[in-house]
Amino acid sequence: MGLQSQDFARISATNMRPPDVRHDFEVAKLIDVSKCIGCKACQSACLEWNNLREEIGFNTGSYTNPHDLTPNSWTLMRFTEWENPQSGNLEWLIRKDGCMHCADPGCLKACPSPGAIVQYNNGIVDFVSENCIGCGYCVKGCPFNIPRISQADHKAYKCTLCSDRVSVGQAPACAKACPTGAIVFGTKQAMLTYAQTRITDLKSRGFQNAGIYDPPGVGGTHVMYVLHHADQPQLYAGLPNNPRISQVVELWKGLTKYAGMAAVGFAAAFAFVHATIARRNDVSRAEDREAEHLIDEEAARGRQT
Amino acid sequence: MAVRREEERTTVDRYPGRVRVNHWITAISLILLALSGAALFHPALFFLSGLFGGGANTRAIHPWIGVVLLASFAILFVQMVRYNFWAKVDTVWMRHIGDVMSGHEENLPEIGKYNGAQKIVFWLMTLLILVLFATGIMIWYEYFGASFTIEQQRFAHIIHALAAVAMLLVVIVHIYAGFYVRGTISAMTEGKVTGGWAFRHHRLWLRHEAREGVIDDRQTPPRRVHPGPAE
Repeated sequence: MGLQSQDFARISATNMRPPDVRHDFEVAKLIDVSKCIGCKACQSACLEWNNLREEIGFNTGSYTNPHDLTPNSWTLMRFTEWENPQSGNLEWLIRKDGCMHCADPGCLKACPSPGAIVQYNNGIVDFVSENCIGCGYCVKGCPFNIPRISQADHKAYKCTLCSDRVSVGQAPACAKACPTGAIVFGTKQAMLTYAQTRITDLKSRGFQNAGIYDPPGVGGTHVMYVLHHADQPQLYAGLPNNPRISQVVELWKGLTKYAGMAAVGFAAAFAFVHATIARRNDVSRAEDREAEHLIDEEAARGRQT
Repeated sequence: MAVRREEERTTVDRYPGRVRVNHWITAISLILLALSGAALFHPALFFLSGLFGGGANTRAIHPWIGVVLLASFAILFVQMVRYNFWAKVDTVWMRHIGDVMSGHEENLPEIGKYNGAQKIVFWLMTLLILVLFATGIMIWYEYFGASFTIEQQRFAHIIHALAAVAMLLVVIVHIYAGFYVRGTISAMTEGKVTGGWAFRHHRLWLRHEAREGVIDDRQTPPRRVHPGPAE
């Protein structure tokens, strides 16, 4: 990272291939849900590092606070109380929600503004506010419901994976602040290897379905979870089972875009050709004369009645 | 509305000023909507957002132009709908559309103020404007982002895009017909067409108008001025 102008893997609304002579290793953040104690240090660290302030909210009987991601809260601990039918235990499932930094980002695919969303070749997906037009297309592109548009400045906001910190060799603020080591950061390969040791450990403790959440439907993600119940990700505050870019968005940004241009282009071309070769549809002098007769006739008929 | 004998020609009033003003407000809105919409539709056309002061301005202004279009078209609809109900002769006329395209209108039945194709354009525009407005509201994120689910908005986006393409096709037909059929444009610029044009394309309408009476708009010759007594 560092010289970002040469580190883009993808740029929104751009047909040109971005400069890609430089290659970086892919990074990833691994969130081990089984180690999370719900202290919200990551939320605080995110607000602090990014110099954001959340409004003081209100209590609705849940620890989840604020109640949803906002333009100011780019990460959020979501608390779920779940009774495990097999063991009869009450399990407190706490998932740190935020941008997953998909390898195939739906937000970037949907974005109509060139350069408003970029993917660095280390895998981080970032919003470039100066190019953002506030249309909200990224919200519809995202399979995880992450981007939030500010009603104050009409810009889209989400977790940057602390791209500014990563570019100078630092881990994201949330990973740095986590007191239990539930959030770790490194190369994607290292995180996958580390996750396996955690899964082995969890399985030895009776969580037979422990596993990693690195959904292939979006090409894998650069934020991954270790889940004790990886067979039921939806238990964790609705984490999608098999996330992928909506087929509607794929159709809208794929076939419709090209077929629409082609249809309008074809119609214009047809009009041009027809205008060139067809007989002029012009009023003849004979018709002008006929019109005079007809007008006289009809006018006379009109006077009679 | 009347047939007028003018100095060099005969004309028939086709559109009064109030209809022409509405038509051009609708037309200008539609062109601005097409340009700003195209900027957001395809990256290759994003440069068009420069006409509106950049991407964010384009995003902000496009829906408001849509509101203007809806309002002006609604009035236009009221002004024109009574001439646009389908008649049997329109079906016959539509069967001869090939003769229209090859310039052989002598084979066509006599028709009133609008022919079948014009009526189809009218109703398609009405339908598409309603669809575009309804889906446009759903994706107007600044005001209605929270009023519809993300899934509903996804469908609204694709329907909006498809309806916009269909609208452009209808508009191309509409504008092209106006130029291809010579003598048509003056109906919307000056409000009148020539007698020959009305005879060729809308004879039944011409009969009706002529029966209402003919206004003589020829200037009376200036009275000869007798030279006065020499001073």
